[in-house]
Amino acid sequence: MGWFFKTFNYSVGKKLLMALTGFFLILFLFVHLFGNTFLYLGPDAFNGYVHLLNETNLVYIIRVMEVILALGFAFHIWDGVRLWLQNRKARPIKYYIKATDPKSTWTSRNMIYSALIIFVFLVIHLRNFWYEFKYGSIKQTGATDYDIVVKTFQDPIYMIIYVVSMVFLFLHLHHGFQSAFQTLGLNHKKYTPFIVWAGRIIAIFLSAGFASFPIYFFFFYGGN
Amino acid sequence: MSSKKLNLTLKVWRQPGPNAKGEFKTYYAKNISSDASFLEMLDIVNEELEAKGEEPIAYEHDCREGICGTCGMVINGRPHGPLQGITTCQLHMRHFKDGDVIYIEPFRARAFPVIKDLIVDRSAFDKIIQAGGFISVNTGSAPEANSIPVKKENADLAMDAAACIGCGACVAACPNASAMLFVSAKVSHLALLPQGLPEREIRVQRMVAKMDELGFGNCSNIGACEAECPKEIKITNIARLNREFYRAKFLSNVEE
Repeated sequence: MGWFFKTFNYSVGKKLLMALTGFFLILFLFVHLFGNTFLYLGPDAFNGYVHLLNETNLVYIIRVMEVILALGFAFHIWDGVRLWLQNRKARPIKYYIKATDPKSTWTSRNMIYSALIIFVFLVIHLRNFWYEFKYGSIKQTGATDYDIVVKTFQDPIYMIIYVVSMVFLFLHLHHGFQSAFQTLGLNHKKYTPFIVWAGRIIAIFLSAGFASFPIYFFFFYGGN
Repeated sequence: MSSKKLNLTLKVWRQPGPNAKGEFKTYYAKNISSDASFLEMLDIVNEELEAKGEEPIAYEHDCREGICGTCGMVINGRPHGPLQGITTCQLHMRHFKDGDVIYIEPFRARAFPVIKDLIVDRSAFDKIIQAGGFISVNTGSAPEANSIPVKKENADLAMDAAACIGCGACVAACPNASAMLFVSAKVSHLALLPQGLPEREIRVQRMVAKMDELGFGNCSNIGACEAECPKEIKITNIARLNREFYRAKFLSNVEE
């Protein structure tokens, strides 16, 4: 199987790894967004959903999925950084005049920067919820997972961090989704225009969907 | 349209040798006809430099009709200048305004080291071709052209890919200095025709390996290459290269 692992060390193989992990992470975002919608159904629904995932037999599947998800992120980040470093090395002397062609998109040329912001967001996000849900001291005061979410999103700083980060998620997916198809070799006269637009709609859907929660709890949630 | 006379300021990258330190030097191109080509404009500047006993600006050129791919340079940040679908020799001065400042730089890529001034060493492309961009046939009398049918669609796609002149503008334009458009054009051109099929699996593997080894960057599907290619080679060829690569790696018996 040596040939299999070696394949991912060629430039095209590295891109394949990027595309496959990218698709996997997009799939995760859909599942995550679905789970978040329980927030709109109230404390009981959301706490019940968290309970279902963590306190029933489902927990074994969830723990395994967590590891796979962490690996998905790890490979996507490691591969992306490795590609970025190699790409920088491939042009040691930059152009004096930085002109851009009229066709390529801004998002495609700045994937590493949108990625960096999403990564910083991910760290904050895991600290806010994953850590708090599991080990947070606020739990001992009797606060539920739902309370933690409400409290976080009613903080204007976190609200802004979350909404702004979702803008960068949109920019990342704007290029990422359709780029992954191109990397897989799926560029087709009939389907590619659809894929490009579907990618943009998915990017808007996911980022706006996630951003809706901090906006809702900050501006519209009762008792604020 | 009557021709006009232009006075231009050129900021040209001057570098005496591969390891020498380079810098921009300022030259004035005076009384340039708007009918002149960009290379003719440089020739006029060089004649003046020679008359003054100075070293002329070194740049590459050959056919001057847009087919050899030799005259690569970056003009105001764009390979082969601001227009699409042409080489530098086909760029005319009527596309510039009197008083313009024009920056002229060599192609920048680790795999294309500067030899002198605007001339870069593009033999990396030759090495990629030598790694697999050919078909192995016994020479002899030419075979009958119609004995192997090729469907029109494939003939057209192969012809479009074969239009690549190997100028290197794709590498120069790519923010990653990737050679994928060039390699994909060569792989596609042969993979689409029956004559290319016997060596299909080994070709793509060897060409990609050589491309990586030579220090080109990785493709990230930006599309700057397609926008700057003087022959307007499409990035659909890159998707085809990806397919050919996966097919060779995962589905064939050919291990490279």
